[in-house]
Amino acid sequence: MNQNLYHYILTIADTNLILGQRLGELCGHGPSLETDIALTNISLDLIGQTRSYFQYAASLFDEEKTEDDIAFLRKEREYRNVLLVEQPNTHFGYVMARQFLFDVFHLMFLRELENSKDETLAAIAKKGIKEASYHRRFSSDWIKRLGDGTEESHTKIQEAVNNLWRYTNELFQMTEADVAMVKEGVGVNLEALKEPYYETVSEVLKEATLEVPERKYFQKGGKEGIHTEHMGYLLSDLQYMQRAFPDMKW
Amino acid sequence: MSDKEVKNLEEMFEACIARDEKIEPKDWMPEKYRQTHIRQISQHAHSEIVGMLPEGNWITRAPSLRRKAALLAKVQDEAGHGLYLYSACETLGISREELYEQLHSGKAKYSSIFNYPTITWADIGAIGWLVDGAAIINQVPLCNTSFGPYARAMVRVCKEESFHQRQGYEIMLTLCNGTEEQKAMAQDALNRWWWPSLMMFGPTDAESTHTEQSMKWKLKRKTNDELRQQFIDQTVPQADILGITVPDPDLKWNDERGHYDFGEIDWDEFWQVVKGHGPCNKERLNARVSAWEEGEWVRDAAMAYAEKQEERKATTKKAS
Repeated sequence: MNQNLYHYILTIADTNLILGQRLGELCGHGPSLETDIALTNISLDLIGQTRSYFQYAASLFDEEKTEDDIAFLRKEREYRNVLLVEQPNTHFGYVMARQFLFDVFHLMFLRELENSKDETLAAIAKKGIKEASYHRRFSSDWIKRLGDGTEESHTKIQEAVNNLWRYTNELFQMTEADVAMVKEGVGVNLEALKEPYYETVSEVLKEATLEVPERKYFQKGGKEGIHTEHMGYLLSDLQYMQRAFPDMKW
Repeated sequence: MSDKEVKNLEEMFEACIARDEKIEPKDWMPEKYRQTHIRQISQHAHSEIVGMLPEGNWITRAPSLRRKAALLAKVQDEAGHGLYLYSACETLGISREELYEQLHSGKAKYSSIFNYPTITWADIGAIGWLVDGAAIINQVPLCNTSFGPYARAMVRVCKEESFHQRQGYEIMLTLCNGTEEQKAMAQDALNRWWWPSLMMFGPTDAESTHTEQSMKWKLKRKTNDELRQQFIDQTVPQADILGITVPDPDLKWNDERGHYDFGEIDWDEFWQVVKGHGPCNKERLNARVSAWEEGEWVRDAAMAYAEKQEERKATTKKAS
Protein backbone atom coordinates (compact mmCIF):
# COMPACT_ATOMS: atom_id res chain seq x y z
CA MET A 1 0.00 0.00 0.00
CA ASN A 2 1.12 3.56 -0.67
CA GLN A 3 1.59 4.66 2.96
CA ASN A 4 2.23 8.27 2.04
CA LEU A 5 -0.96 8.53 0.04
CA TYR A 6 -2.90 6.83 2.85
CA HIS A 7 -1.54 9.23 5.46
CA TYR A 8 -2.10 12.15 3.13
CA ILE A 9 -5.79 11.26 2.77
CA LEU A 10 -6.14 10.72 6.51
CA THR A 11 -4.98 14.22 7.38
CA ILE A 12 -7.48 15.79 5.00
CA ALA A 13 -10.34 13.47 5.89
CA ASP A 14 -9.84 13.48 9.66
CA THR A 15 -9.94 17.26 9.68
CA ASN A 16 -13.29 17.17 7.88
CA LEU A 17 -14.62 14.39 10.09
CA ILE A 18 -13.72 16.02 13.38
CA LEU A 19 -15.11 19.41 12.39
CA GLY A 20 -18.28 17.75 11.10
CA GLN A 21 -18.56 15.93 14.42
CA ARG A 22 -18.12 19.13 16.43
CA LEU A 23 -20.80 20.91 14.40
CA GLY A 24 -23.09 17.91 14.85
CA GLU A 25 -23.13 18.60 18.59
CA LEU A 26 -24.90 21.90 17.99
CA CYS A 27 -27.98 20.63 16.23
CA GLY A 28 -31.06 22.22 17.77
CA HIS A 29 -29.08 24.45 20.13
CA GLY A 30 -28.14 27.39 17.89
CA PRO A 31 -29.09 31.06 18.31
CA SER A 32 -31.66 30.88 15.50
CA LEU A 33 -33.35 28.31 13.34
CA GLU A 34 -31.51 29.68 10.30
CA THR A 35 -28.07 29.22 11.85
CA ASP A 36 -29.09 25.74 13.02
CA ILE A 37 -29.97 24.79 9.48
CA ALA A 38 -26.78 26.29 8.06
CA LEU A 39 -24.45 24.64 10.59
CA THR A 40 -26.13 21.27 10.18
CA ASN A 41 -25.72 21.69 6.46
CA ILE A 42 -22.03 22.44 6.80
CA SER A 43 -21.61 19.43 9.05
CA LEU A 44 -23.38 17.29 6.49
CA ASP A 45 -21.14 18.57 3.67
CA LEU A 46 -18.03 17.80 5.70
CA ILE A 47 -19.20 14.29 6.62
CA GLY A 48 -20.08 13.70 2.97
CA GLN A 49 -16.57 14.71 1.88
CA THR A 50 -15.10 12.57 4.64
CA ARG A 51 -16.92 9.54 3.28
CA SER A 52 -15.49 10.07 -0.20
CA TYR A 53 -11.95 10.37 1.17
CA PHE A 54 -12.27 7.34 3.44
CA GLN A 55 -13.83 5.22 0.72
CA TYR A 56 -10.80 6.02 -1.36
CA ALA A 57 -8.45 5.33 1.56
CA ALA A 58 -10.18 1.98 2.22
CA SER A 59 -9.65 0.96 -1.40
CA LEU A 60 -5.87 1.28 -0.96
CA PHE A 61 -5.75 -1.73 1.38
CA ASP A 62 -5.13 -5.23 0.11
CA GLU A 63 -7.49 -6.66 2.70
CA GLU A 64 -11.13 -5.65 2.88
CA LYS A 65 -11.70 -2.38 4.74
CA THR A 66 -14.59 0.03 4.92
CA GLU A 67 -14.90 3.78 5.39
CA ASP A 68 -16.25 3.04 8.89
CA ASP A 69 -13.26 0.92 9.89
CA ILE A 70 -11.06 3.90 9.17
CA ALA A 71 -13.40 6.50 10.64
CA PHE A 72 -14.24 4.74 13.89
CA LEU A 73 -11.66 2.13 14.80
CA ARG A 74 -8.41 4.00 15.24
CA LYS A 75 -6.79 5.12 18.48
CA GLU A 76 -6.58 8.80 19.32
CA ARG A 77 -2.88 8.91 18.40
CA GLU A 78 -3.76 7.71 14.90
CA TYR A 79 -6.09 10.60 14.04
CA ARG A 80 -4.26 13.22 12.01
CA ASN A 81 -6.65 16.18 12.02
CA VAL A 82 -5.35 19.65 12.81
CA LEU A 83 -5.90 20.84 16.38
CA LEU A 84 -8.07 23.77 15.29
CA VAL A 85 -11.08 21.64 14.38
CA GLU A 86 -11.23 19.65 17.62
CA GLN A 87 -11.59 22.79 19.74
CA PRO A 88 -14.92 22.88 21.60
CA ASN A 89 -18.07 24.88 20.81
CA THR A 90 -17.42 27.25 23.71
CA HIS A 91 -19.95 29.74 22.34
CA PHE A 92 -21.22 30.85 18.94
CA GLY A 93 -18.22 33.14 18.55
CA TYR A 94 -15.84 30.19 18.86
CA VAL A 95 -17.95 28.15 16.45
CA MET A 96 -17.77 30.89 13.84
CA ALA A 97 -14.12 31.80 14.40
CA ARG A 98 -13.11 28.13 14.12
CA GLN A 99 -15.21 27.76 11.00
CA PHE A 100 -13.87 30.90 9.38
CA LEU A 101 -10.22 30.13 10.14
CA PHE A 102 -10.72 26.69 8.63
CA ASP A 103 -12.92 27.65 5.67
CA VAL A 104 -10.47 30.17 4.25
CA PHE A 105 -7.81 27.47 4.25
CA HIS A 106 -10.16 24.73 3.06
CA LEU A 107 -11.29 26.57 -0.04
CA MET A 108 -7.72 27.50 -1.02
CA PHE A 109 -6.62 23.94 -0.43
CA LEU A 110 -9.40 22.37 -2.51
CA ARG A 111 -8.75 24.77 -5.38
CA GLU A 112 -5.21 23.41 -5.51
CA LEU A 113 -6.15 19.80 -4.91
CA GLU A 114 -8.48 20.03 -7.88
CA ASN A 115 -5.32 20.03 -10.04
CA SER A 116 -3.95 16.88 -8.43
CA LYS A 117 -2.60 14.15 -10.68
CA ASP A 118 -4.61 11.74 -8.56
CA GLU A 119 -7.97 11.69 -10.33
CA THR A 120 -9.97 10.57 -7.33
CA LEU A 121 -8.64 13.32 -5.10
CA ALA A 122 -9.13 15.87 -7.89
CA ALA A 123 -12.75 14.78 -8.31
CA ILE A 124 -13.48 14.94 -4.57
CA ALA A 125 -11.90 18.40 -4.45
CA LYS A 126 -13.89 19.63 -7.40
CA LYS A 127 -17.16 18.65 -5.75
CA GLY A 128 -16.01 20.08 -2.42
CA ILE A 129 -15.17 23.51 -3.83
CA LYS A 130 -18.81 24.45 -4.28
CA GLU A 131 -19.58 23.49 -0.72
CA ALA A 132 -16.50 25.12 0.77
CA SER A 133 -17.22 28.39 -1.08
CA TYR A 134 -20.59 28.54 0.59
CA HIS A 135 -19.06 27.70 3.98
CA ARG A 136 -16.50 30.44 3.61
CA ARG A 137 -19.08 33.01 2.63
CA PHE A 138 -21.29 32.02 5.55
CA SER A 139 -18.55 32.14 8.18
CA SER A 140 -16.97 35.34 6.78
CA ASP A 141 -20.36 37.06 6.90
CA TRP A 142 -20.76 36.03 10.52
CA ILE A 143 -17.28 37.26 11.44
CA LYS A 144 -18.31 40.66 10.06
CA ARG A 145 -21.68 40.63 11.79
CA LEU A 146 -20.20 39.71 15.14
CA GLY A 147 -17.13 41.94 14.83
CA ASP A 148 -19.05 44.98 13.65
CA GLY A 149 -22.27 44.21 15.52
CA THR A 150 -22.55 45.17 19.19
CA GLU A 151 -19.87 45.82 21.75
CA GLU A 152 -20.57 42.48 23.36
CA SER A 153 -20.36 40.54 20.11
CA HIS A 154 -17.17 42.37 19.17
CA THR A 155 -15.53 41.38 22.46
CA LYS A 156 -16.69 37.80 22.18
CA ILE A 157 -15.58 37.18 18.62
CA GLN A 158 -12.26 38.92 19.23
CA GLU A 159 -11.66 36.66 22.21
CA ALA A 160 -12.48 33.58 20.11
CA VAL A 161 -10.20 34.66 17.26
CA ASN A 162 -7.39 35.40 19.70
CA ASN A 163 -7.70 32.02 21.36
CA LEU A 164 -7.97 29.98 18.19
CA TRP A 165 -5.28 31.89 16.31
CA ARG A 166 -2.50 29.72 17.72
CA TYR A 167 -3.88 26.73 15.85
CA THR A 168 -3.81 28.33 12.39
CA ASN A 169 -0.17 27.83 11.52
CA GLU A 170 -0.53 24.05 11.73
CA LEU A 171 -2.74 24.16 8.65
CA PHE A 172 0.42 24.82 6.62
CA GLN A 173 2.73 22.36 8.33
CA MET A 174 4.13 19.93 5.78
CA THR A 175 4.30 16.32 6.97
CA GLU A 176 6.41 13.62 5.41
CA ALA A 177 3.34 12.52 3.46
CA ASP A 178 2.75 16.07 2.23
CA VAL A 179 6.30 16.39 0.94
CA ALA A 180 6.11 13.04 -0.83
CA MET A 181 2.73 13.76 -2.37
CA VAL A 182 3.77 17.20 -3.60
CA LYS A 183 6.76 15.56 -5.27
CA GLU A 184 4.43 13.19 -7.11
CA GLY A 185 2.15 15.98 -8.25
CA VAL A 186 -0.63 14.55 -6.08
CA GLY A 187 -0.51 16.80 -3.04
CA VAL A 188 -0.80 20.51 -2.39
CA ASN A 189 2.15 22.64 -1.39
CA LEU A 190 0.73 24.00 1.85
CA GLU A 191 3.52 26.46 2.45
CA ALA A 192 2.55 28.33 -0.70
CA LEU A 193 -0.93 28.88 0.71
CA LYS A 194 0.28 30.43 3.92
CA GLU A 195 0.76 34.07 2.95
CA PRO A 196 -2.39 34.32 0.82
CA TYR A 197 -4.27 32.73 3.73
CA TYR A 198 -3.13 35.24 6.31
CA GLU A 199 -3.80 38.05 3.85
CA THR A 200 -7.39 36.96 3.27
CA VAL A 201 -8.04 36.29 6.91
CA SER A 202 -6.60 39.66 7.89
CA GLU A 203 -8.73 41.48 5.31
CA VAL A 204 -11.93 39.97 6.67
CA LEU A 205 -10.93 40.58 10.28
CA LYS A 206 -10.16 44.20 9.51
CA GLU A 207 -13.43 44.65 7.71
CA ALA A 208 -15.06 43.19 10.80
CA THR A 209 -13.26 45.91 12.83
CA LEU A 210 -11.29 43.20 14.61
CA GLU A 211 -7.63 43.13 15.48
CA VAL A 212 -5.43 40.69 13.67
CA PRO A 213 -3.49 38.76 16.31
CA GLU A 214 0.27 38.58 16.23
CA ARG A 215 1.80 35.67 14.35
CA LYS A 216 4.08 34.59 17.12
CA TYR A 217 3.21 31.60 19.29
CA PHE A 218 1.67 28.66 17.52
CA GLN A 219 0.61 25.13 18.48
CA LYS A 220 0.95 21.97 16.47
CA GLY A 221 0.80 18.22 16.94
CA GLY A 222 -2.49 17.14 15.40
CA LYS A 223 -0.89 15.96 12.19
CA GLU A 224 1.34 13.62 14.25
CA GLY A 225 -1.60 12.44 16.31
CA ILE A 226 -0.76 14.48 19.39
CA HIS A 227 -4.04 16.14 20.20
CA THR A 228 -5.46 18.53 22.76
CA GLU A 229 -7.28 17.18 25.82
CA HIS A 230 -10.62 17.73 24.11
CA MET A 231 -10.03 15.03 21.53
CA GLY A 232 -10.52 11.96 23.74
CA TYR A 233 -14.02 13.00 24.73
CA LEU A 234 -14.96 13.76 21.16
CA LEU A 235 -13.78 10.30 20.11
CA SER A 236 -15.67 8.63 22.97
CA ASP A 237 -18.89 9.90 21.41
CA LEU A 238 -17.83 9.26 17.85
CA GLN A 239 -16.73 5.69 18.48
CA TYR A 240 -19.27 4.75 21.14
CA MET A 241 -21.42 2.39 19.08
CA GLN A 242 -18.55 0.75 17.22
CA ARG A 243 -16.70 0.11 20.47
CA ALA A 244 -19.71 -1.04 22.50
CA PHE A 245 -21.04 -3.31 19.73
CA PRO A 246 -18.02 -4.46 17.74
CA ASP A 247 -18.24 -6.15 14.34
CA MET A 248 -21.87 -5.40 13.63
CA LYS A 249 -23.57 -3.88 10.62
CA TRP A 250 -25.71 -0.79 11.10
CA MET B 1 -68.30 46.83 10.21
CA SER B 2 -71.99 46.17 10.91
CA ASP B 3 -73.22 42.81 12.14
CA LYS B 4 -74.91 42.30 8.82
CA GLU B 5 -71.69 42.87 6.90
CA VAL B 6 -69.82 40.43 9.15
CA LYS B 7 -72.55 37.86 8.66
CA ASN B 8 -72.25 38.32 4.92
CA LEU B 9 -68.50 37.81 5.01
CA GLU B 10 -68.94 34.75 7.18
CA GLU B 11 -71.34 33.26 4.68
CA MET B 12 -68.96 33.92 1.81
CA PHE B 13 -66.13 32.42 3.83
CA GLU B 14 -68.10 29.25 4.65
CA ALA B 15 -69.14 28.92 1.01
CA CYS B 16 -65.53 29.24 -0.09
CA ILE B 17 -64.50 26.40 2.22
CA ALA B 18 -67.45 24.29 1.12
CA ARG B 19 -66.28 24.70 -2.51
CA ASP B 20 -62.85 23.43 -1.40
CA GLU B 21 -61.23 26.75 -2.29
CA LYS B 22 -58.22 27.95 -0.33
CA ILE B 23 -58.30 30.75 2.19
CA GLU B 24 -55.27 33.01 1.69
CA PRO B 25 -53.62 35.26 4.32
CA LYS B 26 -55.14 38.49 2.97
CA ASP B 27 -58.65 37.06 2.70
CA TRP B 28 -61.16 37.89 5.38
CA MET B 29 -61.46 35.12 7.96
CA PRO B 30 -63.32 34.75 11.24
CA GLU B 31 -61.16 35.52 14.26
CA LYS B 32 -61.70 32.01 15.60
CA TYR B 33 -60.41 30.52 12.35
CA ARG B 34 -57.30 32.68 12.61
CA GLN B 35 -56.67 31.76 16.23
CA THR B 36 -57.26 28.05 15.69
CA HIS B 37 -54.80 28.06 12.82
CA ILE B 38 -52.19 29.97 14.78
CA ARG B 39 -52.59 27.41 17.55
CA GLN B 40 -52.35 24.37 15.31
CA ILE B 41 -49.66 25.56 12.89
CA SER B 42 -47.43 26.88 15.66
CA GLN B 43 -47.90 23.69 17.65
CA HIS B 44 -46.79 21.83 14.56
CA ALA B 45 -43.78 24.14 14.06
CA HIS B 46 -42.78 23.80 17.72
CA SER B 47 -43.01 20.01 17.40
CA GLU B 48 -40.57 20.10 14.52
CA ILE B 49 -37.94 22.08 16.38
CA VAL B 50 -38.37 20.31 19.72
CA GLY B 51 -38.30 17.08 17.73
CA MET B 52 -34.77 17.95 16.61
CA LEU B 53 -33.55 17.41 20.18
CA PRO B 54 -34.18 13.69 20.82
CA GLU B 55 -32.78 12.83 17.40
CA GLY B 56 -29.96 15.35 17.57
CA ASN B 57 -29.00 13.45 20.71
CA TRP B 58 -27.64 10.65 18.48
CA ILE B 59 -25.86 12.61 15.75
CA THR B 60 -22.49 12.46 17.49
CA ARG B 61 -22.93 8.76 18.29
CA ALA B 62 -24.44 7.45 15.05
CA PRO B 63 -22.90 4.04 14.38
CA SER B 64 -21.65 4.64 10.83
CA LEU B 65 -20.81 7.60 8.61
CA ARG B 66 -23.75 6.80 6.36
CA ARG B 67 -26.14 6.85 9.33
CA LYS B 68 -24.57 10.03 10.67
CA ALA B 69 -25.05 11.81 7.35
CA ALA B 70 -28.64 10.56 7.03
CA LEU B 71 -29.49 11.65 10.56
CA LEU B 72 -27.96 15.09 10.02
CA ALA B 73 -30.01 15.44 6.84
CA LYS B 74 -33.14 14.34 8.64
CA VAL B 75 -32.73 16.76 11.52
CA GLN B 76 -31.96 19.50 9.01
CA ASP B 77 -35.22 18.69 7.21
CA GLU B 78 -37.05 19.08 10.50
CA ALA B 79 -35.52 22.49 11.09
CA GLY B 80 -36.63 23.35 7.55
CA HIS B 81 -40.18 22.22 8.31
CA GLY B 82 -40.13 24.36 11.42
CA LEU B 83 -38.98 27.31 9.36
CA TYR B 84 -41.71 27.21 6.78
CA LEU B 85 -44.41 26.35 9.28
CA TYR B 86 -43.42 29.38 11.35
CA SER B 87 -43.53 31.42 8.16
CA ALA B 88 -47.00 30.07 7.33
CA CYS B 89 -48.06 30.99 10.84
CA GLU B 90 -46.61 34.48 10.56
CA THR B 91 -48.93 35.18 7.63
CA LEU B 92 -51.74 35.09 10.19
CA GLY B 93 -50.38 38.20 11.90
CA ILE B 94 -48.16 36.86 14.68
CA SER B 95 -44.38 37.19 14.89
CA ARG B 96 -41.81 34.42 15.29
CA GLU B 97 -40.71 36.00 18.59
CA GLU B 98 -44.25 35.83 19.95
CA LEU B 99 -44.51 32.22 18.88
CA TYR B 100 -41.24 31.35 20.62
CA GLU B 101 -42.39 33.21 23.68
CA GLN B 102 -45.52 31.04 23.78
CA LEU B 103 -43.39 27.90 23.51
CA HIS B 104 -40.90 29.00 26.14
CA SER B 105 -43.55 30.04 28.64
CA GLY B 106 -45.36 26.74 28.23
CA LYS B 107 -48.46 28.41 26.80
CA ALA B 108 -48.07 26.68 23.44
CA LYS B 109 -47.82 22.92 23.24
CA TYR B 110 -45.77 20.62 21.04
CA SER B 111 -46.14 16.95 20.31
CA SER B 112 -45.79 14.99 23.56
CA ILE B 113 -43.89 12.21 21.86
CA PHE B 114 -40.71 14.29 22.01
CA ASN B 115 -40.85 14.23 25.78
CA TYR B 116 -39.65 10.64 25.73
CA PRO B 117 -35.89 9.96 25.81
CA THR B 118 -33.82 8.42 23.03
CA ILE B 119 -31.62 6.03 24.96
CA THR B 120 -30.39 3.61 22.30
CA TRP B 121 -29.59 3.80 18.60
CA ALA B 122 -32.69 1.72 17.89
CA ASP B 123 -34.79 4.62 19.18
CA ILE B 124 -33.71 6.58 16.10
CA GLY B 125 -35.08 3.77 13.95
CA ALA B 126 -38.26 3.53 16.00
CA ILE B 127 -38.86 7.28 15.81
CA GLY B 128 -38.55 7.24 12.03
CA TRP B 129 -40.74 4.20 11.64
CA LEU B 130 -43.42 4.86 14.28
CA VAL B 131 -43.37 8.56 15.09
CA ASP B 132 -42.90 9.78 11.53
CA GLY B 133 -45.35 7.09 10.43
CA ALA B 134 -47.98 8.42 12.82
CA ALA B 135 -47.16 11.99 11.84
CA ILE B 136 -47.74 11.20 8.17
CA ILE B 137 -51.16 9.72 8.90
CA ASN B 138 -52.03 12.85 10.85
CA GLN B 139 -50.60 15.18 8.22
CA VAL B 140 -51.48 13.82 4.79
CA PRO B 141 -55.08 15.08 5.07
CA LEU B 142 -53.66 18.54 5.84
CA CYS B 143 -52.31 18.83 2.30
CA ASN B 144 -55.94 19.60 1.41
CA THR B 145 -56.76 21.79 4.38
CA SER B 146 -58.51 25.09 3.75
CA PHE B 147 -55.72 27.52 4.72
CA GLY B 148 -53.48 27.89 1.66
CA PRO B 149 -50.03 28.47 3.21
CA TYR B 150 -50.49 25.55 5.62
CA ALA B 151 -51.73 23.20 2.90
CA ARG B 152 -48.80 24.05 0.64
CA ALA B 153 -46.25 23.67 3.43
CA MET B 154 -47.73 20.27 4.26
CA VAL B 155 -47.24 18.93 0.74
CA ARG B 156 -43.48 19.32 1.14
CA VAL B 157 -43.44 18.22 4.77
CA CYS B 158 -45.29 15.01 3.94
CA LYS B 159 -42.94 14.11 1.10
CA GLU B 160 -39.93 14.45 3.35
CA GLU B 161 -41.61 12.69 6.27
CA SER B 162 -42.37 9.71 4.14
CA PHE B 163 -38.70 9.50 3.21
CA HIS B 164 -37.80 9.70 6.91
CA GLN B 165 -40.21 6.93 7.71
CA ARG B 166 -38.66 4.59 5.17
CA GLN B 167 -35.24 5.48 6.53
CA GLY B 168 -36.37 4.66 10.08
CA TYR B 169 -37.86 1.38 9.01
CA GLU B 170 -34.64 0.52 7.23
CA ILE B 171 -32.69 1.14 10.45
CA MET B 172 -35.07 -1.26 12.23
CA LEU B 173 -34.75 -3.83 9.43
CA THR B 174 -30.96 -3.73 9.62
CA LEU B 175 -31.10 -4.24 13.38
CA CYS B 176 -33.60 -7.08 13.10
CA ASN B 177 -31.45 -8.82 10.49
CA GLY B 178 -28.37 -8.29 12.67
CA THR B 179 -27.14 -9.99 15.82
CA GLU B 180 -29.33 -11.12 18.75
CA GLU B 181 -28.17 -8.05 20.63
CA GLN B 182 -29.25 -5.75 17.81
CA LYS B 183 -32.63 -7.44 17.49
CA ALA B 184 -33.16 -7.11 21.24
CA MET B 185 -32.34 -3.41 20.91
CA ALA B 186 -35.01 -3.08 18.22
CA GLN B 187 -37.60 -4.95 20.32
CA ASP B 188 -36.83 -2.79 23.34
CA ALA B 189 -37.32 0.36 21.26
CA LEU B 190 -40.68 -0.89 19.95
CA ASN B 191 -41.73 -1.69 23.52
CA ARG B 192 -41.02 1.85 24.64
CA TRP B 193 -42.28 3.78 21.60
CA TRP B 194 -45.44 1.83 20.68
CA TRP B 195 -47.85 3.28 23.22
CA PRO B 196 -46.58 6.87 23.07
CA SER B 197 -46.96 6.63 19.27
CA LEU B 198 -50.62 5.65 19.64
CA MET B 199 -51.07 8.63 21.94
CA MET B 200 -49.89 10.93 19.12
CA PHE B 201 -53.41 10.83 17.66
CA GLY B 202 -54.72 12.60 20.73
CA PRO B 203 -57.54 11.75 23.12
CA THR B 204 -60.43 9.54 22.06
CA ASP B 205 -63.15 11.17 19.96
CA ALA B 206 -65.40 11.39 23.00
CA GLU B 207 -62.76 13.46 24.83
CA SER B 208 -61.52 15.57 21.93
CA THR B 209 -62.54 19.21 22.25
CA HIS B 210 -61.52 20.61 18.88
CA THR B 211 -62.60 17.88 16.47
CA GLU B 212 -66.01 19.16 15.36
CA GLN B 213 -64.93 22.68 14.41
CA SER B 214 -61.71 21.45 12.84
CA MET B 215 -63.61 18.99 10.64
CA LYS B 216 -65.78 21.85 9.42
CA TRP B 217 -62.75 23.89 8.40
CA LYS B 218 -61.09 20.84 6.84
CA LEU B 219 -58.29 21.21 9.34
CA LYS B 220 -59.18 17.65 10.14
CA ARG B 221 -60.72 15.09 7.81
CA LYS B 222 -60.82 12.06 10.05
CA THR B 223 -61.29 11.71 13.79
CA ASN B 224 -58.51 10.82 16.23
CA ASP B 225 -59.81 7.28 16.68
CA GLU B 226 -60.10 6.67 12.94
CA LEU B 227 -56.53 7.84 12.37
CA ARG B 228 -55.23 5.76 15.27
CA GLN B 229 -56.90 2.66 13.87
CA GLN B 230 -55.40 3.35 10.45
CA PHE B 231 -51.94 3.59 12.03
CA ILE B 232 -52.31 0.32 13.91
CA ASP B 233 -53.64 -1.54 10.87
CA GLN B 234 -50.74 -0.27 8.81
CA THR B 235 -47.99 -0.80 11.37
CA VAL B 236 -48.69 -4.26 12.83
CA PRO B 237 -47.85 -6.10 9.58
CA GLN B 238 -44.64 -4.06 9.36
CA ALA B 239 -43.66 -5.28 12.85
CA ASP B 240 -44.39 -8.83 11.67
CA ILE B 241 -41.96 -8.42 8.78
CA LEU B 242 -39.33 -7.20 11.23
CA GLY B 243 -40.02 -10.21 13.42
CA ILE B 244 -40.59 -8.20 16.57
CA THR B 245 -43.67 -8.11 18.78
CA VAL B 246 -46.04 -5.23 19.37
CA PRO B 247 -46.24 -4.90 23.18
CA ASP B 248 -50.02 -5.29 23.45
CA PRO B 249 -51.43 -8.64 24.64
CA ASP B 250 -54.91 -7.58 23.49
CA LEU B 251 -53.86 -6.91 19.94
CA LYS B 252 -55.61 -9.22 17.47
CA TRP B 253 -57.14 -9.09 14.03
CA ASN B 254 -60.93 -8.69 14.02
CA ASP B 255 -62.32 -10.21 10.83
CA GLU B 256 -65.73 -8.71 11.31
CA ARG B 257 -64.49 -5.14 11.70
CA GLY B 258 -61.69 -5.58 9.19
CA HIS B 259 -59.35 -3.94 11.71
CA TYR B 260 -57.06 -4.85 14.57
CA ASP B 261 -58.54 -4.72 18.05
CA PHE B 262 -56.14 -3.29 20.57
CA GLY B 263 -55.71 -2.77 24.30
CA GLU B 264 -56.51 0.23 26.44
CA ILE B 265 -54.16 3.21 26.18
CA ASP B 266 -52.83 4.51 29.50
CA TRP B 267 -54.58 7.87 29.44
CA ASP B 268 -53.19 8.83 32.82
CA GLU B 269 -49.73 8.72 31.29
CA PHE B 270 -50.98 10.68 28.27
CA TRP B 271 -52.33 13.51 30.43
CA GLN B 272 -49.33 13.49 32.72
CA VAL B 273 -47.00 14.13 29.75
CA VAL B 274 -49.35 16.69 28.15
CA LYS B 275 -49.42 18.59 31.43
CA GLY B 276 -45.65 18.85 31.47
CA HIS B 277 -44.63 15.92 33.65
CA GLY B 278 -43.25 13.44 31.14
CA PRO B 279 -39.73 12.01 31.29
CA CYS B 280 -38.10 14.86 29.34
CA ASN B 281 -40.53 17.82 29.28
CA LYS B 282 -38.24 19.92 31.43
CA GLU B 283 -35.08 19.01 29.50
CA ARG B 284 -36.66 19.77 26.14
CA LEU B 285 -38.03 23.13 27.18
CA ASN B 286 -34.82 24.06 28.98
CA ALA B 287 -32.81 23.23 25.88
CA ARG B 288 -34.98 25.52 23.74
CA VAL B 289 -34.99 28.32 26.29
CA SER B 290 -31.19 28.13 26.77
CA ALA B 291 -30.57 28.13 23.02
CA TRP B 292 -32.73 31.23 22.74
CA GLU B 293 -31.25 33.07 25.71
CA GLU B 294 -27.64 32.18 24.94
CA GLY B 295 -28.18 33.22 21.34
CA GLU B 296 -29.52 36.66 22.19
CA TRP B 297 -26.16 38.42 21.80
CA VAL B 298 -25.77 36.81 18.38
CA ARG B 299 -29.18 37.95 17.17
CA ASP B 300 -28.56 41.42 18.60
CA ALA B 301 -25.26 41.59 16.75
CA ALA B 302 -26.89 40.58 13.47
CA MET B 303 -29.54 43.29 13.91
CA ALA B 304 -27.01 45.95 14.84
CA TYR B 305 -24.83 45.04 11.88
CA ALA B 306 -27.77 45.13 9.47
CA GLU B 307 -28.74 48.57 10.75
CA LYS B 308 -25.19 49.85 10.34
CA GLN B 309 -25.10 48.51 6.79
CA GLU B 310 -28.37 50.28 5.99
CA GLU B 311 -27.04 53.53 7.39
CA ARG B 312 -23.84 53.20 5.38
CA LYS B 313 -25.81 52.54 2.23
CA ALA B 314 -27.94 55.62 2.86
CA THR B 315 -24.86 57.78 3.50
CA THR B 316 -23.15 56.59 0.32
CA LYS B 317 -26.29 57.24 -1.68
CA LYS B 318 -26.58 60.73 -0.25
CA ALA B 319 -22.94 61.50 -1.02
CA SER B 320 -23.28 60.36 -4.61
